[in-house]
Amino acid sequence: MYHKYDAVVVGAGGAGMMAALQLVGKSNVAVISKLYPSRSHTGAAQGGICAALGNTEEDHWEWHMFDTVKGGDYLVDQDAAEVLARDAVERIIELEHMGLPFNRTPEGKIDQRRFGGHTRNYGEGPVRRACYAADRTGHMILQTLYQQGIKDNVTFYNEFHVMDLLVNNGRCVGVTAIDIKTGELHTFHSKAVIFATGGYGRAWKVTSNAHACSGDGMAVAYRAGIPLMDMEMYQFHPTGLYRIGILLSEAARGEGGILRNALGERFCERYAPTLKDLAPRDMVSRFISQEIAEGRGAGPDKDYVYLHVDHLGKEVIDSKLPDITDFARTYLHVEPYTEGVPIQPTAHYAMGGIPTDIDGRVIMDEKATPLPGFYAAGEVACVSVHGANRLGTNSLVDLVVFGRRAGQHALNYVQQTDWDTLPANHEERSNSLMSFVKSGSGGGRTENAADIRKELQDRMQAWVSVVRNEENLAKMMSKLAELRERYQKVRVSDTVTKFNTDRLEALELGCLIECAEATTKGALERRESRGAQYRTDYEKRDDVNFLAHTLAYRADNGSVKELRYKPVTITKFQPKERKY
Amino acid sequence: MAVQVTVKILRFDPEKDKKAHFETYEVEADPLDRILDVMNTIKWYKDGSLTFRRSCAHGVCGSDAMRINGRNRLACKVLVKDVGGDIGKKIQIEPMLGFKILRDLVVDMEPFFDKYKSVKPYLINYEPASASSERYQSAEDREIFDETTKCILCGACSGSCPPYWASSDFIGPAAIVQAHRFIFDSRDQGAAERLEILGQGEGVFRCRTVYNCTDACPRDIPITKAIEQIRRVMLYNRS
Repeated sequence: MYHKYDAVVVGAGGAGMMAALQLVGKSNVAVISKLYPSRSHTGAAQGGICAALGNTEEDHWEWHMFDTVKGGDYLVDQDAAEVLARDAVERIIELEHMGLPFNRTPEGKIDQRRFGGHTRNYGEGPVRRACYAADRTGHMILQTLYQQGIKDNVTFYNEFHVMDLLVNNGRCVGVTAIDIKTGELHTFHSKAVIFATGGYGRAWKVTSNAHACSGDGMAVAYRAGIPLMDMEMYQFHPTGLYRIGILLSEAARGEGGILRNALGERFCERYAPTLKDLAPRDMVSRFISQEIAEGRGAGPDKDYVYLHVDHLGKEVIDSKLPDITDFARTYLHVEPYTEGVPIQPTAHYAMGGIPTDIDGRVIMDEKATPLPGFYAAGEVACVSVHGANRLGTNSLVDLVVFGRRAGQHALNYVQQTDWDTLPANHEERSNSLMSFVKSGSGGGRTENAADIRKELQDRMQAWVSVVRNEENLAKMMSKLAELRERYQKVRVSDTVTKFNTDRLEALELGCLIECAEATTKGALERRESRGAQYRTDYEKRDDVNFLAHTLAYRADNGSVKELRYKPVTITKFQPKERKY
Repeated sequence: MAVQVTVKILRFDPEKDKKAHFETYEVEADPLDRILDVMNTIKWYKDGSLTFRRSCAHGVCGSDAMRINGRNRLACKVLVKDVGGDIGKKIQIEPMLGFKILRDLVVDMEPFFDKYKSVKPYLINYEPASASSERYQSAEDREIFDETTKCILCGACSGSCPPYWASSDFIGPAAIVQAHRFIFDSRDQGAAERLEILGQGEGVFRCRTVYNCTDACPRDIPITKAIEQIRRVMLYNRS
């Protein structure tokens, strides 16, 4: 089926909705979403959204910018970090005006609390910067933006899975997507496309991410010739529920929660004397890994540590941390009022992704050459404001700040640009993907997608997580080559056209494998330790050789063709050693 | 410690079946596995055609509401041991009642979202706000509608409501919860418009106060109480 819109937004989480709200009413816009919008993974964010409002103590956007740059281990593009920290203030006010039910101070202003890596006066100590709605801030942002979408009468195509990005004459001219309900392929012809499709945490075994987070947007752009940037910078959040990875917000530590090892020691004190448990995530995840590696983990396999909030009292727990304590009760049958909650680092967030400039325009190389008409925002994008490690809350700030900027720029673009034609055979790549996963049992199709996915997740967890080295990364590269081969023989057993989620999962697996390979290759070639990339064989940061963004380009068979490097933009803050 | 679990699932293939029918599966599971994990095991290793919605897998996205042993639950928020699956009790899974079945456990959510949209689920305030500052709200005023902000639109409440089963026009508890969230927000000025909608025949007075919705809500929202508060505002103009 054929549709024509000025702009098409793919993804209806925070970034996609924010972009769509800029375009609706002033242009003809549609939003395509794999899920109903209110199911998007933005809704799983818990602790807060930072902005230097200074509602409870002195704060300045420059401090927020500095924390973001330092938190990202200086791989952050500082022009983008400045935009993030400045625009955050207006965006929070805008969200409040839209109706977001923030927690309040005694005077009735938006309340703010502490969060990891956010400091006063360039690192002196923690600052109250995170605006929040209990521990369901992401849920409230998603609900609020979706509500505005309803109010403004945005057109949604729900339960549509993106298949291909259409490019003609050097311009982006649309996308294709399958309607999951009917199994039919749709072509959306447009002047602008905005990708806001989220991350790919499902490449790992223990993850906080939804099943839907399978790197679709990244893989689709990558297949269309766009490089993926800094994919090796993948964040492990320190406090995932043991074994299953469900997120327990940093807000637990922001409110005074502490981590203890099997001996009952508050081990973060030893590693980060100033910020302790509130050191940035890459560091706390490493502290936990080290405690476990040195035999101080808890449990029969000594492979977890405890998050304690029991000393905070029932009232604080119930009013500020209700959801996450409920998770501990529901999934581990542990009572946070009285005991520590078993936790381990969990695959959480892609700092890397589709490279963009500060207006969300997708760029194609180290010279920042844009692909006109193509935009990306949110986790799928890499602006880069998170560099080598994202600070807590900055993902939500990123969504609203850069989702809006992408939408505004795209609006301007579609108003000034004429239509271009669709490329010849614009359904070809989509149809070949579809027929690939449509085949039944014939033709040597012997592989089960679930087996391949499990092996991918297990190996990524073992070899490409918090602690890395050459040997394991090289082994992962061989494993990925093998999995890619086996994926060619995947058999989809469900033959029904309507709501064929068996086929959908096979398509998602193809995206995960490609994202995982860009990640592993980037990590292998980055012979240094920086932020989330910690290499035991190269323990120091190397600004001479690696103060640069990795750009991974795809080969026709889905492997990485080449890596290139793009310089980091440095404006206010020269790289320094990172201590907390 | 894996145990053997028996799961009976109501299946319906719109391209082949005239009527839904049960199929039974025996699978290995951990007592701490979610029902969703068990369903994934079936889908991934036994029967790829088993169809259901899922996403976050920890009770915040609302995709996997279904009928588990006769009660509407999120499959990702119920563990095998919660329903005795680890001690030999059979687990029965069906799509929610009150919705049209599209395939297996996937139901048509469109009418549900249409009802949601009909209550004007967005902040209405006719006075321009200051560009540089938030609207003030006391912590106490914020607390009044706290519970109803938790709704994830999963449909478990509406799908457990006898009047919702009986009348396809009844707006249902989920839409009322969403209306409550705004009616009791001190920043909102749209209460009269929403009360007008909710006061009609298929609005709040269809509720028979059976508390099924409150029991079904995976977010522990006191839904029946919220409905009652709206009725009191209509009848006595007070909460």
